[in-house]
Amino acid sequence: MTPHWLIAPVLVPAILGPLMILWMRHDLLQQRVFGVIGSLLTLIVAIKLNVMAAGGEVIVYRLGNWPAPFGIVLMLDKLAALMLLLTGILAVIVQLYGIGSGWDRKGWHFHSLWMFQLMGINGAFMTGDAFNLFVFFEILLIASYGLMTHGGGPMRLRAGVQYIGYNLAGSALFLAALGTLYAVTGTLNMADMAERVAMMEPQDTALLRTGAVLLMLVFAIKAAIVPLHFWLPSTYANAPGPVAALFAIMSKVGIYAIIRFFTLVFPSDSVVETIATDLLLPAALITLILGQLGVLGTRSLTRLAAFAAIASIGTLVISIARFDVQGLTAGLYYMLHSTLAAAALFLVVDLVAARRGGDFWLRQRPAIRNTGLVSALFFVTAIAVVGLPPLSGFLGKLLIIRATATDPWVAVIWTVILVTSVISLVGFGRAGSILFWKAHELDPEPGNDTDEGERPVRGPIPTKLESDEPIQDVDDSAAPWLAFLAVGGLLAGSVAMTVFAGPLTGYLQHMAEQLTQPELYYDSVLRMQEGAR
Amino acid sequence: MELLVASGIGACMAAGIYLILRLRTFAVVLGMTMITYAINTFLFATGRLVVNLPPILHDGDAAAYTDPLPQALVLTAIVISFGMTAVVVMMSLGAFIEGGDDHINMPPDDREMPPLKTVNDQPEEERA
Repeated sequence: MTPHWLIAPVLVPAILGPLMILWMRHDLLQQRVFGVIGSLLTLIVAIKLNVMAAGGEVIVYRLGNWPAPFGIVLMLDKLAALMLLLTGILAVIVQLYGIGSGWDRKGWHFHSLWMFQLMGINGAFMTGDAFNLFVFFEILLIASYGLMTHGGGPMRLRAGVQYIGYNLAGSALFLAALGTLYAVTGTLNMADMAERVAMMEPQDTALLRTGAVLLMLVFAIKAAIVPLHFWLPSTYANAPGPVAALFAIMSKVGIYAIIRFFTLVFPSDSVVETIATDLLLPAALITLILGQLGVLGTRSLTRLAAFAAIASIGTLVISIARFDVQGLTAGLYYMLHSTLAAAALFLVVDLVAARRGGDFWLRQRPAIRNTGLVSALFFVTAIAVVGLPPLSGFLGKLLIIRATATDPWVAVIWTVILVTSVISLVGFGRAGSILFWKAHELDPEPGNDTDEGERPVRGPIPTKLESDEPIQDVDDSAAPWLAFLAVGGLLAGSVAMTVFAGPLTGYLQHMAEQLTQPELYYDSVLRMQEGAR
Repeated sequence: MELLVASGIGACMAAGIYLILRLRTFAVVLGMTMITYAINTFLFATGRLVVNLPPILHDGDAAAYTDPLPQALVLTAIVISFGMTAVVVMMSLGAFIEGGDDHINMPPDDREMPPLKTVNDQPEEERA
């Protein structure tokens, strides 16, 4: 039987996105309904695909049923299925936040761009073809340009131009890397390329190694590993809250691509050796230090979240850089955790900023509305992000520390992880005390407060979008409870990861073992193709 | 021919890199276009440079044939980069119209905390 389910995570958003633009462009209510349905469908399909992949085989979908190295394939292994599930969960929850906070009303086409973004991300996780990976990267990037500048404003647009420029340069580099690899191996199918690389003689592989390093640079740009992280702080800090939360999975696409390529195509026993992966550990350590120092030093709340995201990438890559089963297991656990935690942090930051009249600077202001609930959410999120017990950040760091115990760099790694954890703890403590604790010391003066005070009574917020209507800044969120629920949902994910840490790490270990057996992929993609024409 | 193509790609790329390091959006857009040209030519050349040969196997003669795959890839790359250039032009225009200038760097407001508005900042009539 041809596993047609595999194409669904790409196809569902690809159909719904244009439909929303063509038929529902003026009706926000319909867009919301179909947007949530689309995200839910991808989530359901992701669950189904996880069940399919749990057996341990690599399921291959041949587009048009053409045989493998010539036709394009999608391949589903445990890692791809898990990433799809993570994307689905994040997409549904954060989209609900976007609706609840009213962000989707501040510009056009929020939900259809959301669909295109999901299509690109899901495709990048599933594809078994290197050039197709480039195409899906471009799809997710184009959608992210639209989402990042959603709502407009000079600062956001200017940050958007920087983001686009940086990523266009990255895309050019990606093409250069792919061209080099094609010139050497003569194929773009990942499994086929892997097999040819494995058969290559070491003396004539200078170009191949150049291609591998170029590819590593490209993925490091997407993952925002120092020194290629410069696009991240101003992009994430200026993006709308829910969009920044969805972007938490986008940097993980870079990490995923690193894992995929450097376990399957260029494993450490191939002719490429560890020339590219040797760069990862030092870069990751510096990424972690720089991110946490940014958390401590920043004066803006949104940048605090952005630097926390950079730091989490650093922690994650420290573990991934070992490319053994233990390191990958710990890294994958931390990847799940940090995606949920970073998304929750961006949403909480957005909750705070929305209640301070859009003021995201870290400074004392009168107490905000719902201060108890928001500060509690900030507190729990900070615990998750910093990595204190009892949430999954603590377990993740513990796993990473255990996995790196035999590393020759163990002293440096442990020192950096532990010291930077303290730094970020201080940073978050400082932010929380400025925002919530000291807030009560200020008397609410009428002019000093753009948020409280007299608020014009509004009718129900309309859901029809008129073409000549100026884009409104709706300061009343449509359904605040939905926004709180979304943050709570993400944090519940972190709690669940702690409670089910045992079975989860067991499953992740199977996943890491599957990743370290490239022969499995060769066989599934290249050998077992009876049905192909 | 190899030398000519290689130096052409190199010169284009060098000009592109110089231009995208400028601090105005117009230069950056131009630089992006130059880099795109260089990369597309490079991609085209990854199937080896040959002259006057069809991209179709004819009579099973593998010597009289050029690799068709890079041509398909370059077509995709051209379409994507064309679309991307349009996006970056629109976005630069948007930033120029909203922000008033075409600088790449973030304005000082991005780094400096603006002072809180106080009662004294309001116009006289509103204060009353």
